[in-house]
Amino acid sequence: MKYIGEPITRVDGHEKVTGQAKYAAEFNVPDLAYGVVVSSTITKGRIIRLDTSRALAVNGVIAVFTHENRPKTAWFDVSYKDQDAPPGSPFRPLYDNEIKYNGQPVALVVAETFELARYAAMLVDVAYEATPCDTDLLKHLDAVRDPNPGVMNIFKPLPPKPRGDADQAFAEAPVQQSAQYIHGMQHHNPMEMFASTVEYGKNGFLTIYDKTQGVTNSLLYVTQAFNIPFNQVRVVSPYVGGAFGSGLRPQYQLFLAVMAARDLKRSVRVSLTRQQMWSFGHRPATVQNVRLGARPDGTLTSITHEAMAATSQFEDYMETVVNWTGKLYPSENATLRYKIKSLDLYTPLDMRAPGGVTGLHAIESAVDELAYKLGMDPLDFRLKNYTERDWTEKDKPFSSKELRECFRQGAERFGWATRNPEPRSMQRGHNLIGWGMATGIWDAAQVPARAEATLTVNGKLRVRSATADIGTGTYTIMTQIAADTLGMPIDDVVFRLGDTTMPPAPIQGGSWTASTVGSAVKSACDALAKTLFRMAKRLPKSPFVGVGFDDVQFIDGAIQLRQNPSKRVSLLEVVSRNRGRAVTETATSIPNLIKHNSHSRNAHAAAFVEVQVDEEFGTVHVTRAVTAVAAGRILNPRTARSQIIGGMVWGISHALQEESVMDHRYGRFMNHDLAEYHIPVCADIHDLDVVFVEENDTIVNPLGVKGVGEIGLVAMPAAIANAIFHATGKRIYDLPIQLDKVM
Amino acid sequence: MRPFRFTNAKDAASAVRSLTGNPNARFLAGGTNLLDLMKEDVERPDELIDITRLPLTQIRTITSGPNQGGLSIGGLGRNADAANHPLVRQNYPLLTQAILAGASGQIRNMATNGGNLLQRTRCPYFYEVSMPCNKREPDESSARAGCGALEGINRMHAIFGWSEKCVAVYPSDMAIALAALDATVNVRKADGQERSIAFADFHRLPGDTPEKDTNLNHGELITAIELPRNRFADHSYYLKVRDRSSYAFALVSVAAALEMKENRIVQARIAMGGVAHKPWRALKAEQLLVGKEASDATFRQAAEAEMAGARPLSHNKFKVELSNRSIVRALQMAVNGGKA
Repeated sequence: MKYIGEPITRVDGHEKVTGQAKYAAEFNVPDLAYGVVVSSTITKGRIIRLDTSRALAVNGVIAVFTHENRPKTAWFDVSYKDQDAPPGSPFRPLYDNEIKYNGQPVALVVAETFELARYAAMLVDVAYEATPCDTDLLKHLDAVRDPNPGVMNIFKPLPPKPRGDADQAFAEAPVQQSAQYIHGMQHHNPMEMFASTVEYGKNGFLTIYDKTQGVTNSLLYVTQAFNIPFNQVRVVSPYVGGAFGSGLRPQYQLFLAVMAARDLKRSVRVSLTRQQMWSFGHRPATVQNVRLGARPDGTLTSITHEAMAATSQFEDYMETVVNWTGKLYPSENATLRYKIKSLDLYTPLDMRAPGGVTGLHAIESAVDELAYKLGMDPLDFRLKNYTERDWTEKDKPFSSKELRECFRQGAERFGWATRNPEPRSMQRGHNLIGWGMATGIWDAAQVPARAEATLTVNGKLRVRSATADIGTGTYTIMTQIAADTLGMPIDDVVFRLGDTTMPPAPIQGGSWTASTVGSAVKSACDALAKTLFRMAKRLPKSPFVGVGFDDVQFIDGAIQLRQNPSKRVSLLEVVSRNRGRAVTETATSIPNLIKHNSHSRNAHAAAFVEVQVDEEFGTVHVTRAVTAVAAGRILNPRTARSQIIGGMVWGISHALQEESVMDHRYGRFMNHDLAEYHIPVCADIHDLDVVFVEENDTIVNPLGVKGVGEIGLVAMPAAIANAIFHATGKRIYDLPIQLDKVM
Repeated sequence: MRPFRFTNAKDAASAVRSLTGNPNARFLAGGTNLLDLMKEDVERPDELIDITRLPLTQIRTITSGPNQGGLSIGGLGRNADAANHPLVRQNYPLLTQAILAGASGQIRNMATNGGNLLQRTRCPYFYEVSMPCNKREPDESSARAGCGALEGINRMHAIFGWSEKCVAVYPSDMAIALAALDATVNVRKADGQERSIAFADFHRLPGDTPEKDTNLNHGELITAIELPRNRFADHSYYLKVRDRSSYAFALVSVAAALEMKENRIVQARIAMGGVAHKPWRALKAEQLLVGKEASDATFRQAAEAEMAGARPLSHNKFKVELSNRSIVRALQMAVNGGKA
């Protein structure tokens, strides 16, 4: 192995910084028309009149699509179900006159230029009959219900059955802790807005450049919703300007662009505005109640963790919020509950560490508060209640769990041992200083995927799989895996992704791409290696006659005998004897279910945070943070570190700044731009450090990787809230912790 | 965005003439606010007159008139240039601090000094055309008349001087310092004559006409902002409290300037941002400080005297105490020459 584990710089870095990397709205095709979406200004009710005449009168406007004149699309709900659709009836753009949420698309104006379309969109007159709307979860906590189960529960399990009697154990517990935690809504807001460029080709063939976390998902959606044969559509998405989960489902601009292109028999692009980025999925509002009971020695005897979250009126979105508590803490008595409430909103959508960042904020804050009541160091409390088995999954052992080592190495790097537990014990000028910590946990999932590896006639390796790189480093790590598997210099290896003409891969989410697509790439390269070896054996005067595959190694672009490196054949020589043809192998990697089913598989982390609080003003700065991560094998410490740092920044955002504020009288988000929807600026981010604790995990997948997309985020909000308590003596349960809550 | 005519102004006289001739025309300077508002369909000019090439960018010492010895800052100079000019840094550090506390480096490079004064509120109900707003829709018969923020999301909104018609706050940082420094705004009128407007009279409280942000008449062009000479340079501070460290509007800001004789306050100027529809001069606090020895107790007393008149809304009660503390901190910082 030469490249895996090395801090290889991004192979797509040059294309990105020089502007050669093209995004969905940047593919210019001839004779392109531009669509602009008109959005509903009410939340619930119906359209009673829709007048497009003023828009159509503008010279250069080609068409205005509405529910009244839209072309026919598929009849049944099932045709609109994408790979990430929760149970329910998926939203159909321009379906009828009913308004289900504020910002719902009600018309698409298509014109010769973007500017004309944008202008004409202002001239579409829509009259509504509004009915009262319900959007505020806090007003409906007594009306929550169980979510309908669905396929996604494979990846997002419902809470386990209760064990023991948590209520009684709580009542009997000598030390008790109970609190409620409230989270508002958030929107993903990747830098790149959603856009689809649909190129209308010969005989109606559609080439679709889409912003998505999975081209296969977009392809399935389009072909089913519009009843088009698979071989008449190609979806391409080589670069994604961030997504964070927002691209896990096809968004409505894709539907509208395809609809317009097919109807007009012309290429059409539809891009959403920043404001319209608030008109589809989001992280749902969630209210959590946590009750903990413990013996004076710190042993947890009772856990009740319940979460109540909002969903739409048409789909039962759910996320895993409370199960993490069970995975982390082995109390004999535990009840975990998850309930939802349908409100007049769009369906929520997985947003980086969905459920995890929410649930862990609550339990890890509660644990800190309990540790204080017990007079224990919060880190000692966690070690006291450490578990090697997961009772939420039939008490299975973990495939690997170096959380203890994360605690140790993280604490050492941070200097936790010198902490005075007394709140308000540290000061710097007129600022209070506080140190807090929290545990993180996330899934280590793997799903099936397919990849293809080709040795070209020039002796270069080309590997392809229809996955996505949402900025995480997929291009780079797949290139590393391929190069190492075939022992080739990395400059001779190219990995391509994001095209439905490639072997299929699942949507990029849940931190599973490194394990899933990485395993497929390894399988395809292994298969190619075997084929090349067979071919090498058949060469005239082959040094490998009578030699088995296990007796050779692939190194420096050649196959050589392990025992005698002088016996070697270069890969170029092998392919050059293939009558001018490249050699290609395709392989599917499938998770080892026997190994998987007998283990609980998770990545772990420990975050240590220093905050500086100006108590008079309530302003909080995270001046220093260390996250120690145990996520199996780290394929590339540079890109992995970036992932963890990015997660930590988001944790700061989640804890202190980020919230989509809705005026519930109207059901409309009021801070729908990046000036008012706050995420950290550079000046908010100080010293962030990452420690990787390596794990040798032979169970999760052949590469031993667990994924690092989410694990850097989950522990941060609680660590920050706990540090604020240490600084000020004040517990703040509702996020974001803005200054008025602290002062 | 709606179609509009775009013209380049050759000189100030023709710029003013063109604007006067068309009630729906607007001057375009940095465009950092106007273009946003046009995209949101809040502003709907049918003509933009580009004035960025007019020679009104100079920063120079005033050699005659009432502000002799003071500084004249060109209306079309860029914010970044004003903030970093040696004479501003040396004699009016309060202004430098205030400008640099606002927006981002990119925006300050584009935004002009005159344009900064004419920024419109960032009240989300004003920006969102589907919401009620009297400032945007002054016609009482409009379906969007009313004030969405009065009973709505108003954490960022006014605690002084608001009316039932409008509770918005004025967003500029630069202007808060200018208010404290008793600036005057020179404008060229439609008839070619010049007039000077005292800073306190430049912006308005909403009253019954929230659509009028300022007392500038249509057709008038800001040519320069004049700063009188003062003795505040050693004891001034701009404090801005906001939800993140940069690129956020003030929840409360305080421009404090003191003239000190040893520990005694000879003169005091305090202006506040984020609390009213205009830069809020804390005159009561100023009066209480003059002649007093600088002390935390005096500062707190002055702050409370000022804040006694505050009328917070449902979501911004915290702003009253936050203002108290901000005034005290800004004065402490000013006394110490800007150091903590």
